[in-house]
Amino acid sequence: MKNQWHRFDFILLPVLGGIFILLLWHISSHTWSGDLPDPAKTWHESKPYVLDPWGKRGELDQGILRFTLLSLGLVAKGYAIALILGTPIGFCLGLSPTFTKIFDPIIQILRPVSPLAWLPLGMVLFAKIKGINITEIAALFTIALCSMWPTVLNTAVGVRAIPTDYLNVARVLKLSRWKTLTRVMIPATLPYMFTGFRLSLGIAWLVIVAAEMLTGRPGVGGFLWQQYNALVYEQIILCILTIGGTGFILDRLMSVIERRFKTA
Amino acid sequence: MSAHLELFNLKKVYASARGPQTIVQDFNLKIAKGEFVTIIGHSGCGKSTVLMMIAGLTEIRDGGIILAGRELSGPGPDRGIVFQSPSLLPWMTARENVMLGINQVFFTATRLEREQIAEYYLTVVGLADFMDKRPAELSQGMRQRVGIARAFALKPKMLLLDEPFGMLDSLTRYELQQVLINLWRRNQITTVMVTHDVDEALYLSDRVVCMTDGPEAGIGEILEVKLPRPRDRKTLMEHPEYHRLRATLIEFLEVRAHQRKPMPAHQTAPAESIPVSA
Ligand SMILES: Nc1ncnc2c1ncn2[C@@H]1O[C@H](COP(=O)(O)OP(=O)(O)OP(=O)(O)O)[C@@H](O)[C@H]1O
Ligand SMILES: [Mg+2]
Repeated sequence: MKNQWHRFDFILLPVLGGIFILLLWHISSHTWSGDLPDPAKTWHESKPYVLDPWGKRGELDQGILRFTLLSLGLVAKGYAIALILGTPIGFCLGLSPTFTKIFDPIIQILRPVSPLAWLPLGMVLFAKIKGINITEIAALFTIALCSMWPTVLNTAVGVRAIPTDYLNVARVLKLSRWKTLTRVMIPATLPYMFTGFRLSLGIAWLVIVAAEMLTGRPGVGGFLWQQYNALVYEQIILCILTIGGTGFILDRLMSVIERRFKTA
Repeated sequence: MSAHLELFNLKKVYASARGPQTIVQDFNLKIAKGEFVTIIGHSGCGKSTVLMMIAGLTEIRDGGIILAGRELSGPGPDRGIVFQSPSLLPWMTARENVMLGINQVFFTATRLEREQIAEYYLTVVGLADFMDKRPAELSQGMRQRVGIARAFALKPKMLLLDEPFGMLDSLTRYELQQVLINLWRRNQITTVMVTHDVDEALYLSDRVVCMTDGPEAGIGEILEVKLPRPRDRKTLMEHPEYHRLRATLIEFLEVRAHQRKPMPAHQTAPAESIPVSA
């Protein structure tokens, strides 16, 4: 009898956790946190955004999936920049001890800087360039700068971890530099690179909210901030759940890809 | 006949915690073309180091190496190498691993010709049905077969093998020794192989080079194995010469390898006097 129930643990236990949080939320909103809407009210107020996820009533009044897509678009661009810059930097770090000595201290100092600090710098940095959408550029700058470090560092570790045997094969065969890079070093580093890519994507998605909040761009984060400022609290939780869910799905997708490269 | 491979006064020094340490010293050896020489010695004496020096994969402190009349510097595809671990690139299939070298060496040949070389050698080592498998899908023994095919396919001037069968069970080891010796006979290829298996050394080689213990290891003794070829494991066992050589080797490894001074020079017979049975 007992064993029968254990078979459903994988679904029952998470549901139990969810119910617990809902209860906690409900009780909180009726006791010490008067401003917090309870779950029922949250759902009621969020319905238009969820049931019409692609609707567009105004720039900052759109369906939740439409907002998510806008945010994802921005993240995709910033993330792409992070990978395009981060991977070669990681390779240089991994290959050259001199390069590491020059740049590693700077990287270690820049790495923990919060997106909230980078964004104003981005705004200042690109302010004098004509014909660009300054908020978008500053947001991309922030996303790229915050999210590229895992890619940089994991790639560097991966390059340093290339087995000597593989490099010896390249040396014995007298492969050209280019062939050594493309046929041996990059494939050998790929699993590490993808770990970096996955972590970077997580950060890029984390940063989007901050970027949208500060720039007021339409998206999940911008929407959240706007609703908060308008004293409409119901959708804050909707946004949080959406951000969390999207981040979770992105991470899953990346780990599926990552695992494919691990076994290769 | 002059020596195909000549090692003179090879010396290797590694930096260690207690300052520089001489691993190998005064290593002199001449090997005739087509000869099969094994190097035997205790673990850590520097056998791999000698092989890596010939391969050009580790720097030489002193002395030099001449292969086919030219002094070597650095690695190159003229020396086929098989390591203890097959060191195949895991993201490539068996065929691609072999092709990687073929494309480098036979770059003037057509695509088809190069494919045929790869297929020929993979078939000879018994992998006709496994060419398009990746190393992860192959057994240890099969991987080592790919390694052997990869080395032979480049038509190298010589072959360097570092305990190529060390990680295999004895049945597979026997099979692969057979594969190796057949290829060696067919290609007349000069071979230096490191092993610490006495029977393997006697079964395969024309000469067995016994190394003394490190540090400052050198050649202790060179044994000529004048057993008729092709050798058969079973009849070999009944050959009195086989038992005499085996006893000498074991006695060397148990007693003389530990003696500090290397044997006098006269025991390291020059290659000219060695009859090459091929
Ligand atoms: N990269 C290195 N740096 C410092 N010392 C090294 C290095 N490689 C090998 N050595 C030392 O050189 C000595 C000889 O090593 P080597 O690998 O040649 O031995 P071996 O005879 O091949 O041993 P085995 O039979 O176990 O493979 C050892 O004492 C080892 O500690
Ligand atoms: Mg060794």
